[in-house]
Amino acid sequence: MVAGAAIDLENISITLGGQPIVSQVNLSIKAGEFVCLLGPSGCGKSTVLNAIAGFLPVDGAIRVGGTAVRGPGVDRGVVFQNSDVLFPWLTASENVEYGPTIKGVAKRERAELARRYLELVGLGNAIDKFPSELSGGMRQRLQMARVLVNEPSVVLMDEPFGALDAQTREVMQVELDRIWRATKPTIVFVTHDIGESILLADRVVTMTTGPSAKIKAVHDVDLSHPRTMSDPQALTLQSTLRNEIGEEVSKVLRQQGLKEPGL
Amino acid sequence: MTGKRRDTSGGSNSRTFLKTFSPILSVLAGLALWEALSRQVLPLFLPSPLATARAAVELWSDGTIVAAVAASLRRIAIGWGLGVLLGIPLGIFMGSSVVVRRLLDPYIDFFRFIPPIAFVTLAIIWLGPGEASKVGLIFYATIFVVIVSMIAGVQAVNPARIRAAATLGAGRLRILLTVVIPSTVPAMVTGARLAMGNSFLTVVSAEIVAAQEGVGALIWTARNYGRTEWVFVGIILLGLLGYLCDRLLRLCATRFLKRYDVKT
Repeated sequence: MVAGAAIDLENISITLGGQPIVSQVNLSIKAGEFVCLLGPSGCGKSTVLNAIAGFLPVDGAIRVGGTAVRGPGVDRGVVFQNSDVLFPWLTASENVEYGPTIKGVAKRERAELARRYLELVGLGNAIDKFPSELSGGMRQRLQMARVLVNEPSVVLMDEPFGALDAQTREVMQVELDRIWRATKPTIVFVTHDIGESILLADRVVTMTTGPSAKIKAVHDVDLSHPRTMSDPQALTLQSTLRNEIGEEVSKVLRQQGLKEPGL
Repeated sequence: MTGKRRDTSGGSNSRTFLKTFSPILSVLAGLALWEALSRQVLPLFLPSPLATARAAVELWSDGTIVAAVAASLRRIAIGWGLGVLLGIPLGIFMGSSVVVRRLLDPYIDFFRFIPPIAFVTLAIIWLGPGEASKVGLIFYATIFVVIVSMIAGVQAVNPARIRAAATLGAGRLRILLTVVIPSTVPAMVTGARLAMGNSFLTVVSAEIVAAQEGVGALIWTARNYGRTEWVFVGIILLGLLGYLCDRLLRLCATRFLKRYDVKT
């Protein structure tokens, strides 16, 4: 087990294809903390996540555990929304063993590791199954196992449950909470689901809409676990977040409304 | 209620009947049409199905068909095999490197529009009248389609899959070998199938000159003897062989490469 690492975003700006996507974002995330980035589609929250993962060039500094991010690395695991990132030609176990193989872990030990992590995510019965034989929820569990086996200090999750049906999503939220408690990495979780962010996060960070998206507000979620949305405090936070996101959405609509006569 | 159910099952029965027998019916109808047309004209212009069948028996009993099929299949196997074996790595190389692609793109887009028959004379001058020129032409007919298919395959690899591998600790070479190449297996199968079609289209032109044996050679020889029914035997053989080779390829692909998401 590896303890989480702190993440520091120091005045970061990201430009993609000449477009300023994110500008001057400052955020400090504590080791072992669960932070949700919340915002309407296209606000640049996934871009921030990709920057922490090391996929994008960034102006400003990103430090994980005090070390500057220069590119992708095993210390930062990524769970993607689309489970097409799994290798369809490998079994669940072989997918999980991909990281340990690169590290040079011996075959027997690797299989044992894979079994342990597949059991952790509740896939103990699917070790020899191919991704195509698994449901959407199971594939996301497999992605988590494949990431966690590397014992990353940071897990970056890009709307991991966005493509799942409502029931499966609820189950996965509970499961993720349990897995996070068992392994305790730092988690940065991107979502546009307000309820999801309240149920999971220690802190919820809302963002303004792009271009040049910024952090709008940071909210502590001081609720005991397990959480339910019927909690009055949760409901208060929900309406606050809904208002914040609503402001951003109507801003976009106004912008589009103003553009129309000019076209 | 019961009556209704019986009706539905009757409907699906007749649907499976149609599915199985409609190709057979269609072939029979085609043969009947051929027979009817052949009665209106001279045998040299259009031999009847029966005359063609008789010619097939004749060519079979003197060993011509077996020898022709063996010679043509051998040329196709070598030319197509080389085209696929070289086209796959070249296509992957071109698909993964923007610089290489920019350098080779004009050539690919130039040569893939020139049919192999345009190169028959050159092939004989450069490779001689023997097997090499025939295999060379088939190779030419296959390699470009494989390369083009592989470039598309490499470019269609989900970038997130590559990123995922990078965060799991894979370097560039490992990503190429363990992510990009396995992800392009469906493109390999598509390329190989298209190339198979091209090599059948080419084998007749490849055997136009100085071929003693081969299905194409049989067709060209028939011209010299005025045996139109031999031409028909050759044409039918080509169609059947192509169909069988494609079936075999598809069967192997679905049997052995299913886990690579190969859909045929």
